[in-house]
Amino acid sequence: MSLHAEVVVRRNGFALDVRLDVDEGETIAVLGPNGAGKTTLLRALAGLIAIEGRVELDGEVLDDSKAGRHVPTERRRVGLVFQDHVLFPHMSVLHNVAFGLRGDSMRKARDWLGRAGLLEMADRMPGELSGGQAQRVALIRTLATQPRLLLLDEPLSALDVSVRAETRRELSRRLAAFEGVRILVTHDPLEAIALADRLVVMEQGKVVQQGTPADVTARPRSRFVADLAGVNLLRGRAHHDHVELDGGGTLAAPDAGEGEVLAVIHPRAVALYLARPEGTPRNVWRATAEELDLQGDRVRVRLGGAVPLVAEVTPGAVRDLHLDRGDQVWAAVKATEISVYRA
Amino acid sequence: MSQARIPGPLLALAAAGLLLFLVPLAALIVRAPWDQVGPELVAPETTTALGLSLFCSLTATALALILGVPLALLLSRTTGTVRAVLRALTTLPMVLPPVVGGVALLLAFGRRGLAGAPLYTAFGIQIPFSTAAAVIAETFVAMPFLVIAVEGGLRALDHRYEESARALGAGAWKVFARVTLPLLRPAIFSGAVLCWARALGEFGATITFAGNLPGRTQTVPLAVYVALETKPEGAIVLSLILLAVSLAILVGLRDRWLGA
Repeated sequence: MSLHAEVVVRRNGFALDVRLDVDEGETIAVLGPNGAGKTTLLRALAGLIAIEGRVELDGEVLDDSKAGRHVPTERRRVGLVFQDHVLFPHMSVLHNVAFGLRGDSMRKARDWLGRAGLLEMADRMPGELSGGQAQRVALIRTLATQPRLLLLDEPLSALDVSVRAETRRELSRRLAAFEGVRILVTHDPLEAIALADRLVVMEQGKVVQQGTPADVTARPRSRFVADLAGVNLLRGRAHHDHVELDGGGTLAAPDAGEGEVLAVIHPRAVALYLARPEGTPRNVWRATAEELDLQGDRVRVRLGGAVPLVAEVTPGAVRDLHLDRGDQVWAAVKATEISVYRA
Repeated sequence: MSQARIPGPLLALAAAGLLLFLVPLAALIVRAPWDQVGPELVAPETTTALGLSLFCSLTATALALILGVPLALLLSRTTGTVRAVLRALTTLPMVLPPVVGGVALLLAFGRRGLAGAPLYTAFGIQIPFSTAAAVIAETFVAMPFLVIAVEGGLRALDHRYEESARALGAGAWKVFARVTLPLLRPAIFSGAVLCWARALGEFGATITFAGNLPGRTQTVPLAVYVALETKPEGAIVLSLILLAVSLAILVGLRDRWLGA
């Protein structure tokens, strides 16, 4: 079972233009900032909005704008799980699960609830469930219809942190047992990495990067991904051993190649000094500490100046430097700590 | 938050406005022949008019539900010019003088009317001046209240419920019957109550299109109008009944209307 989709949606000045191929047994996480078009993509795949292009699932053409073909949502056998469960508030849990089932639906619904360990909630109304319970029921309600394509729209983001990890583990188990195509929309990188085999990063209606979580975070192609991975991303033009940065300034980097490149600098590779350092580092800039943020046992320092960077240092270093907001420092990065790749 | 003081003259005008509401209602209660309420209530003219009013207004409400809910659904799904035209058409009876509505109904369903003439020649059906005419007149005037309420409910509805139902394999009819309709219940209920109240009080269109025939088309408002000339106590008692019904509706729906 696989999905091949070319989806174009235009409306109100927004254009979504995405090509997506998902293989059997693969879980895709669609990541991106708000307004990137992630939810629009899901709604298009679900058949809830008209598209230009073509969607083929398991060899069946669900959408083909050229041939004028559009299979309505109710005949697509797609499963849709929203951020908040969207259980029908006027039906019990059992009736919610039975809603999409045919023939002896009550017994089948009981079986599904039983296997999920949710049988004791069968007679409760959705309003009486906790957020985590309701979302588990919503997932079961969808899986019970045995869809060929499972679309999850931020399924965990409405949950309390306390139940999110547990629900994520359960979701992970259920995704592994599900045989259809799985697409998860999320803005939580942890969720994406925990659940997905492949990340698809969207920005402004387009796919800007895709690959395994390790690939994507090692070589971010956009500020959004760089922020997710917590690294500095700089864009510029390479000339053999240095990069002319788009924002001004120069970056010394061995074997930078030629042409448009992206450079990643891990915040831990950025060292801070009160006086201009002598010796090996060739990348030294004057910078202003604009913001200090304690994260675990590290302090993230946002630096302003010719080359805006985030540095990660120990609290001890902050103490030794007497570093405070607005202070002037020298930032240094060893050339060998910079990873440069084609843009 | 400190609000700007209301200027004195405006306060006086507001008080005058309130008195305009209050004095007539007070007069109705003060001048009511309370000792005659019992006998008047069981007088045959009263019970006949009351029974007819209940029958007509409830039938009109049922008719409005059957026709108005689908109409509201259609309204909520259309956009642009089509929607503007449909909306104008459904809300027009709310602002149209009821007597004009009555004349229009007469021209449509009268014996020589646009739709009435073929009905009469083909089936010998005559609508005007029958109980059916009273029901139609009330439906014409009252249905917009239901349509507007239900359409508002539909617009406020989280459309993802319907989308979830579709994704679970439900066709259009199942989505409507099992999801949309139950979720609309509060809007339908308050719309139906408003519609019924308007139908119960209907006068202008009814007297024009259905006439004023005791036992057939003389509903309570028409009976009040007639009784005022011949037997004012009866008119006052009937008015009190209508007032009580209005108050009951206001109290019953206060959470929905006036905000909790």
